[in-house]
Amino acid sequence: MKENYFPILIYSIVVIGLALSFLMMAQYFGPRRKSKQKLEPYECGVEPFDSHRRKFHVKFYLIATFFILFDIETVFLIPWAVTFKEMSMIAVFEMFFFLFILGIGLIYILKKRVFDWD
Amino acid sequence: MSLWAERRISAFIQDRLGPNRVGPLGLFQPVADVIKFIFKEDIVPERANKFIYNLAPLIAFIPPLITFAVIPYGTTDWGLGGNLAIADIGIGILFILAVSSINAYGLAYGGWASFSKYSLLGGLRSAAQIISFEIAMGLVVISLLMSAGSVNLNDMVLYQKENGWFIFTQPLAFILFMITAFAETNRLPFDMPEAESELVGGYHTEYSGLKFAMFFMGEYIAMATMSAIIVTLFLGGWSFPWIETLFPSGSSSVIVIAIVSITVFMGKVTAMLFFFIWVRWTLPRIRWDQLMKQGWKILIPLALLNIVLTAVFKFIW
Repeated sequence: MKENYFPILIYSIVVIGLALSFLMMAQYFGPRRKSKQKLEPYECGVEPFDSHRRKFHVKFYLIATFFILFDIETVFLIPWAVTFKEMSMIAVFEMFFFLFILGIGLIYILKKRVFDWD
Repeated sequence: MSLWAERRISAFIQDRLGPNRVGPLGLFQPVADVIKFIFKEDIVPERANKFIYNLAPLIAFIPPLITFAVIPYGTTDWGLGGNLAIADIGIGILFILAVSSINAYGLAYGGWASFSKYSLLGGLRSAAQIISFEIAMGLVVISLLMSAGSVNLNDMVLYQKENGWFIFTQPLAFILFMITAFAETNRLPFDMPEAESELVGGYHTEYSGLKFAMFFMGEYIAMATMSAIIVTLFLGGWSFPWIETLFPSGSSSVIVIAIVSITVFMGKVTAMLFFFIWVRWTLPRIRWDQLMKQGWKILIPLALLNIVLTAVFKFIW
């Protein structure tokens, strides 16, 4: 089983080497003419104003949190999905119950208007 | 290749010629572009975080290529044992889901490290978008796993060869997966991270030269890999109706079968790529809040519903 993964290792090394060589080429070829304007953050030709590390909307954090919740639940579903044909009816209804609770959670999130920007 | 195809087809749809000077029909245009990119200045903004700034294009470029390693692109005896894939591993689809989501880091890092407002917004948007649609994609894949009963990609192709392609037996899953695929690869109509009219260039606003080219190539490789995944999961991979009777595995040589199956696979991938490009130049971009609403309010409930329906159908039969 383990030797099946060996080609992936070799392939990954080749790909990473290719990508690193691209970075090297970006470093060594090409002209380097620095100027103050060029190194400033791009802002459509206007002088850059206020900080660029600014606060962003709290909803991005919420989305990340819900992503973790739902992704773990997806991982939980995968073993069941592969083997559910061999299991009894009870296993299927148990998973339906789980999905039902999850659906209630999703409806609660939506009712709290988490995904409504205004 | 797909870059050239994109520019030619977009030109055709917009009623102009497109690049046609370098090589026959302009086929070498992407090569010329890369060579030009090599000799362009590589600007690192002075306030950028240098290490992460250089790391981001690597992360955007590598995972889509590695994902391709597990896709079965051909066979030598129509599924009796000789699979052609760089690596035929047992956890195929999980490997794809795991590796392809690393991509999000590349875009988010690139946006954050550039120290530009547009880049930050673009990076945040792309990260939020990719992780949201990741869930829907995982849930859609589960309904396929329930039908095929395996996470090995070659087993899934074989199942489709026996029982019909998933595009016919799981049409709802196919539509949902197409939508998430467009969102995951940041293609129009869901290319929020780099919405030119709002964010200049999104996460790669500050990148130039080869590093910009790496983001760009990463995006196109992701599109090609996503087409290959769709072909494997929904369009039966290398299988094609009645082609086995033309080249039976007993009498035809191994190489002939390999060439025929790879040609079938590449033909399907090319058709998918054409579809991606076609959609890009046909549909307008939707608003970002609409996109997130669509992802959470429509796609995820529908994907859950699809799982329940698949389970019920499987037990009736």
